[in-house]
Amino acid sequence: MAVRRLAPQEVQPADFAFTAENLAWSQTIIAKFPEGRQASAVIPLLWRAQEQHDYWLPKAAIEYVAKMLGMASIRVLEIATFYSMFNLEPVGKYFIQLCGTSPCRLNGAEKIIKVCEERLGPQKHVTKDGNFSWLEVECLGACCNAPMVQINNDYYEDLTVESFNALLDDLAAGKPVKKGSQSGRVSSEPKTGATTLTDESLFDGSVVGQWKDRFAAEQKKLAEAAAAAEAKAKE
Amino acid sequence: MAKIIIDGNEIEVPAEYTLLQACEQAGAEVPRFCYHERLSVAGNCRMCLVEVKGGPPKPTASCAMAVKDLRPGPNGEPPVVLTNSPMVKKAREGVMEFLLINHPLDCPICDQGGECDLQDQAMAFGIDNTRYAENKRAVEDKYIGALVKTTMTRCIQCTRCVRFTTEVAGVTELGAIGRGEDMEITSYLEQAMTSELQGNVIDLCPVGALTSKPYEFTARAWELTKTESVDVMDAVGSAIRVDTRGREVMRILPRLNEDVNEEWISDKSRFIWDGLKTQRLDRPYVRHQGKLKPVSWSEAFMTVAAHVKGKKGSQIGGIIGDLASVEEAYAFKSLLETFGSHNLDCRQDGSMIDPAWGRASYLFNAGITGIDHADAVLIIGANPRKEAAVLNARLRKRWRQTGLPVARIGAPADLTYTCTDLGASLSVLADIEAGKGDFAAVLQAAKHPLVIVGHAALKGSDAKAVLAAAARLSQREGWNGLAVLHHAASRVGALDLHCVPSQGGLDARAMSKANAVDVLFLLGADEIDVDLGAFVVYIGSHGDRGAHRADVILPAAAYTEKSGLYVNTEGRVQRGYRASFPPGDAREDWAILRALSEQLGTGHQLPFNSLNELRAFLFKDYPALAELDQVHAHSAAGIDALIAHKGAFAAQPLEPLFADFYMTNPIARASAIMAECSALASGHVAMAAE
Repeated sequence: MAVRRLAPQEVQPADFAFTAENLAWSQTIIAKFPEGRQASAVIPLLWRAQEQHDYWLPKAAIEYVAKMLGMASIRVLEIATFYSMFNLEPVGKYFIQLCGTSPCRLNGAEKIIKVCEERLGPQKHVTKDGNFSWLEVECLGACCNAPMVQINNDYYEDLTVESFNALLDDLAAGKPVKKGSQSGRVSSEPKTGATTLTDESLFDGSVVGQWKDRFAAEQKKLAEAAAAAEAKAKE
Repeated sequence: MAKIIIDGNEIEVPAEYTLLQACEQAGAEVPRFCYHERLSVAGNCRMCLVEVKGGPPKPTASCAMAVKDLRPGPNGEPPVVLTNSPMVKKAREGVMEFLLINHPLDCPICDQGGECDLQDQAMAFGIDNTRYAENKRAVEDKYIGALVKTTMTRCIQCTRCVRFTTEVAGVTELGAIGRGEDMEITSYLEQAMTSELQGNVIDLCPVGALTSKPYEFTARAWELTKTESVDVMDAVGSAIRVDTRGREVMRILPRLNEDVNEEWISDKSRFIWDGLKTQRLDRPYVRHQGKLKPVSWSEAFMTVAAHVKGKKGSQIGGIIGDLASVEEAYAFKSLLETFGSHNLDCRQDGSMIDPAWGRASYLFNAGITGIDHADAVLIIGANPRKEAAVLNARLRKRWRQTGLPVARIGAPADLTYTCTDLGASLSVLADIEAGKGDFAAVLQAAKHPLVIVGHAALKGSDAKAVLAAAARLSQREGWNGLAVLHHAASRVGALDLHCVPSQGGLDARAMSKANAVDVLFLLGADEIDVDLGAFVVYIGSHGDRGAHRADVILPAAAYTEKSGLYVNTEGRVQRGYRASFPPGDAREDWAILRALSEQLGTGHQLPFNSLNELRAFLFKDYPALAELDQVHAHSAAGIDALIAHKGAFAAQPLEPLFADFYMTNPIARASAIMAECSALASGHVAMAAE
């Protein structure tokens, strides 16, 4: 982590305003909170402002949201500088957040970092074509599929130097890419394939509803036992 | 009430007390950095850890745990708190070690050195070396205004300054950005703070992160002589401590006075001291062929005597300025009386307030502590934020506690709390009296209504009607909520002495007109322009407006250089003490008047030879002034006649009393610091207008 500051004045836009659609959406968010507690809506609003503004928050947006919620600008700045998900400086069209926490490290995140450094340059730096920028972040919670990166809103997992390079090539060329695991496994299944829930009948529909038959049999058994006990008592 | 055992002593405290408060009541000292009695609880420094039995099984931050949250023992015995157990000591040592990881070891070059909480507590809980070989964190210094210097590497993130500015000062300008290991205190985009109370963050800062910019590197706490005195920058009479080295005032700090200023003072009170060293009158002057020429005291006195000789009382007048003490006002009045002059006025701002209406007609009757009971406030023609910044903080405190409804008649202003603007014209007052409007109902329903009247509303011929209406609106059984807010420290004292024109005498405004009087004495009166014509004798400390107009200048002492009584806006008599000596040939005002009286010939001689003798005469004539630090409740009984008075209100809008908070008296105008603040403030105003 390093000190997070607003982007330099040269790149700051003169002003910021929500689009009509976002404005209407923000009103619905603000309306969720009781009167006098509008400040609670600050994070969703900042998030939407960031989405609208190429995934980074300019000073004008911070002030716009502050004004909208009746907050002091410093209070909104405190929030924007606290959450690392708010980008205070411009990012590339494909913003790569690279997980560098222990599980990913152990599985080769360092190699991925090296690829980033070689191909894209240092962190927090937008490539000349404006396509990429990258940032090492803390755990993104996909440890099973380490190493992984998040590019814009999607996870790309089980990376190797080759698959990551291919991914970057495809993104740069505008080709469609596969989200999730790049090694072909499904979600976070074990690497060697599934070891439980492997019975195919679980998935072909043949066991659907079987519990009813079993339940009815048990009920019947109980009823018979009760009738037998009653008959015995009468004797 | 709840029982609790602290260090083996069982005591009983209110259940809502925090453990820290309970410990203090039990006499156990608990170290702290972030906790402050007048601010919200943050609980982030962890220095106040104590061991608790009946609570969580770990060291507990005593500032943030309430007594009522503790469980009793298995047999119903009270919860136990230990403040000096080995566990507590170890925990606090750990906290101290963490704090010192990133705190620089620069005490020798730190202005806080010698009066630093961290330094003191490190003596008790610190270790003499460090276990950390890593680099210390470095933080860029921030600009947060002309008065507060920042050295942010020293910051321990207690957030007292953030809480003070937000809660007490009412300006949400400071904040902590990059919360986490890179947390930094800053103002938004490093803009200057806009509060009149910002200097208090210097006192609040437990380390040397926020220090006084003007005092930077000038003195050490232990080499200063401390004199407890009273502030004269406004009529609140804040308790101050004047720190001097040799003859020089090095700084001014607030003192605790719960009844007046709690522990805050305004920036004008705190940073005025450089004005005590510049523009000083240090020798007598006489105007000779249009130019002021330095002369000896006897020459100056003889010049005055020559001009006064043969003049009738009606040809002589005197105006008392805003910073005069009661003693000098008394000597001044006595001197004018020897001429039979009735041209005496202490209201150089043109206020029409008159002590003949009764003492309760010109006091803040509810008292400053009365604000803590008020349940509705109507402010008429006052801007408490500018005229009494500390008192405004108290109004804000009450507003934060109870949502105090406040309405205001006067030029628009930001008071830092919600305030219904009733317009700038006094004619609204008639509507409120008639019960028209929402706020009239609020005021009527209030049990302790406070009606604050400022001098901006008392300048017209309708002053009496305004006061009468205010008095009528604010009377309740056992409560007199008529609160006149003065802005001049000398005003109430001088009104107590009846320093107003009597028997057809001229008031200040009339005396300042051309040829109204032949000889005009100004006792530090600088806020009034005297037309050409009269022979002006100026007795004062600074070369300001009065001295520029003067024909004879008699150099006098400023408030830190003399002992004197001041009566604050609530009628509290307080005594200021001499902290240093006046420069050059300057003398204390009463002594100048006494010496001058000697030269004016028989019949004019004042009967006292020392300040004590003067006070003896003063107290004989006005026994109430002998009662230091007392406030006498004045019921409405004394102002029956005023209350019965009815009159029309002027329709024209009220003007603000003064435009510039930082430039209201000659000392302030001589101060470079105040000039810088004033320039910054006017910049803010310009920005707001865009």
